[in-house]
Amino acid sequence: MPTRPPFALPLLRLRGALAGEAAPIALFVAFALVPFGAALGAEAYILDLAMRVMIFAIAALGLDLIVGYGALVSFGHAAFLGLGAYAVGILSAHGIGEALFALPVALVAATLFAVATGALCLRTQGVYFIMITLAFGQMAFFTASSLAPYGGDDGLTIRARDTVAGLPLLASDRTLYCVVLACLLGCYVVCRALVVSRFGRVFRGARENPVRVAALGFDVYRFQLVAYAISGALGGLAGFLLANETEFVSPAYMSWQRSGELIIMVLLGGLGRLHGAIIGAIAFILIEEWLSGLTEHWKMIFGPFLVAVVLFARGGLIGAWTALVARLRP
Amino acid sequence: MSTGLLLVQTLNGLQLGVLLFLIAAGLTLVFGVMDFINLAHGVQYMLGAYLAVMFYGLTGSFIAALVLALAAALAFGLLLEFAVFRHLYGRDHLDQVIATFGIILFLNEGVKFVWGPAPLTLPIPEFLSGSVVLMPGLLYPVWRIVVIASGLVVAAGLYVLVNRTRVGMLVRAGAANAAMVSALGVDIRRLFMIVFGFGTMLAGFAGVMIAPILSVEPGMGDTILILAFVVIVIGGIGSIRGAFLAALLIGLVDTLGRSFAVDVLRLVMAPSPARTVGPAIASMLIYLLMALVLYLRPTGLFPVGGR
Amino acid sequence: MLRLEGLRKSFGALTVTDDVTLNIAADELHAVIGPNGAGKTTLINQACGLIAPDAGRILFDGRDVTALPMHARAALGLARSFQITSILPSFSALENVALAAQARAGSSFRFFGRADAESAVNARAAAALAEVGLAPRADIPAAHLSHGEKRALELAVALAMEPKLLLLDEPMAGAGREESERLVALLRRLKGRFPMVLVEHDMTAVFALADRISVLIYGRILASGPPDQVRADPAVVAAYLGDEME
Repeated sequence: MPTRPPFALPLLRLRGALAGEAAPIALFVAFALVPFGAALGAEAYILDLAMRVMIFAIAALGLDLIVGYGALVSFGHAAFLGLGAYAVGILSAHGIGEALFALPVALVAATLFAVATGALCLRTQGVYFIMITLAFGQMAFFTASSLAPYGGDDGLTIRARDTVAGLPLLASDRTLYCVVLACLLGCYVVCRALVVSRFGRVFRGARENPVRVAALGFDVYRFQLVAYAISGALGGLAGFLLANETEFVSPAYMSWQRSGELIIMVLLGGLGRLHGAIIGAIAFILIEEWLSGLTEHWKMIFGPFLVAVVLFARGGLIGAWTALVARLRP
Repeated sequence: MSTGLLLVQTLNGLQLGVLLFLIAAGLTLVFGVMDFINLAHGVQYMLGAYLAVMFYGLTGSFIAALVLALAAALAFGLLLEFAVFRHLYGRDHLDQVIATFGIILFLNEGVKFVWGPAPLTLPIPEFLSGSVVLMPGLLYPVWRIVVIASGLVVAAGLYVLVNRTRVGMLVRAGAANAAMVSALGVDIRRLFMIVFGFGTMLAGFAGVMIAPILSVEPGMGDTILILAFVVIVIGGIGSIRGAFLAALLIGLVDTLGRSFAVDVLRLVMAPSPARTVGPAIASMLIYLLMALVLYLRPTGLFPVGGR
Repeated sequence: MLRLEGLRKSFGALTVTDDVTLNIAADELHAVIGPNGAGKTTLINQACGLIAPDAGRILFDGRDVTALPMHARAALGLARSFQITSILPSFSALENVALAAQARAGSSFRFFGRADAESAVNARAAAALAEVGLAPRADIPAAHLSHGEKRALELAVALAMEPKLLLLDEPMAGAGREESERLVALLRRLKGRFPMVLVEHDMTAVFALADRISVLIYGRILASGPPDQVRADPAVVAAYLGDEME
């Protein structure tokens, strides 16, 4: 047998790791190509739309971790987005517009909120869990609405995007786009690793049979709390990016309708697939943009569409696609 | 903080509580018996209000509007059940949340489409539109008392229905263990329809009764829906008694909290921060209450059956 | 190894466990028998920590574990198999066992590195599967296994936990004759490795395996001792064995 060159083994390992990742790779390639396509048309609009998609995809990834892999349906996920965004907004209002400071603050705020609320929420199950996450989301919403010095109900405009180490790197839409894309890619890779790690295996097992997993010696509560904290951190990151992208924060970022939209994104793409969250974010935002261009009453079309997805497309878009492919293959 | 204001706000709290009960009763039964999370229950309430306005416009009579609105709301609710909800029993709660969320989007936009986005009003019937003297110098609208009274009458009727009739017994059994009831040969489909239809009518009734006081507008069901869910979670899912007590509790806590939060806080802090923090705490009060209850009793105050 | 002292448990007006005291030595297979409704599963649930007793103590390996939650007791070596098969349906047979082995191999708060590529854990899991005869079915999703195979998988999972004591809740439940014989043979092979508490209805299995038997009637221990002694005890025969042996 011919001896393999020394770099073959890592390459084979890489190929192994990338096997089955065709769809996500295609997605990221598509995202990478958008700026080039955008330069040909309404650049600012397209970049803004694509960035919004990616930012919500990051939040949806975090949600998919706990909903798709853990069956923990959180109806308050938008609160983490809001916390990250308000971290940027409040610091900016006080003259601190440095990303290297604002980002850690955003992440820490979101993670602490996740740990504090998760500690209580995870003691409940089923619909009680859904309700109590909703309650905490509402609490965050009302707190933000009452922060009169930071805009209250009307929200707060941010003077300028954060600087990075003093340099206005994020000011250009194109550079911000690259940063957001890099963040999305990083989050995706981290989530993929998480799900197949030891931690992920315990967490996934707890979704199927928490009593069994506890009987093996695992403190299921602790695993779920850590997963919840990670999902919160991802939401906080998305919030940080959102505030910088829109240069605006408002309590509406944390409304329960927003939390519902995030759940829809995850479900629409396909639960428990990770790239499903990305696909769902793309589908949701693009459909919303397209329909609202058609008619002002677009929700009358979108509502029944959601019902149809739930009734007929179990497994979301990915599920429908897989079923279609299986049907077409002889 | 005068006694008069306290009395008025207590009555207002009772009124809100009674309203919440009417909505929460249907919600908790549907959840308890069919294990179905119905986010669209709030738009049922909104629909009741809109239908009443429409029928009043056609007939000029409040009573006629009430009756017609209830009938139409029931019909619409049963249509929804037949077309959509029936296919969601037994599905994941997540699927139910998304599907009913879709219904909310559709109907909120739908009423905007049919009746326009501007708020509508429904006039109070002439002979009930005055005020009653509670204390020297303190007037309270008769209609609000009518709302409280009618709510209590419905609650009493519901109690009798659920605890003293055969159907009620089946509903209670279904809330505790639907599979068992079905296995005993009861037509569970029919039971579900009855429970659902009834809940729909209660919500519609609440909408009609509140229409003269609040403005009738798209999205009016959303906030009250969240409150109703807080009620049934605190009360215990499937329990009418729990829903009644929790609804009154929430109605009082929320109303009194909003009125007196700033004043109470002024006892411990300066006026200016009190005025900022007060409203925030007031809005959060019921959620803090729910978190506390769930911490002490993770399945609510009066949980029913093995859920 | 395991000592239950004065355990009491009531559900409302019904006393399910009535002052139960039981001592399991470190080298025995102790069977607990009794009619349906005697409270056997409730007793196991209290021993492993799934429910809390109203009164009494539970001592495991010299420690008072009465206040410890189930996962903490499992981490100390108190393993349990479930009467209604309790495996992870979408995980493969190997992964089910590997998860148990993983619990014994250091912290599971590791976020990077594929769990299914850990050779040491996989080897232990494969060994446990081989012991119960499931090696050829290692990669099949657990949901697709036959009933008997699932029971064997439960045992493999328990084995991979390297238990200091194993609580077996009706392992023969729903098993046909051939399956039962295979399970009995397997349990006989495992005897001596660690103490076991066997709750069972199947009398053939019980008398084939048990070093000592305790009879639970209406939540109380009626008799306790070597099989021959229990078999001959008139009170036991009258209350339970008489009907069973007919």
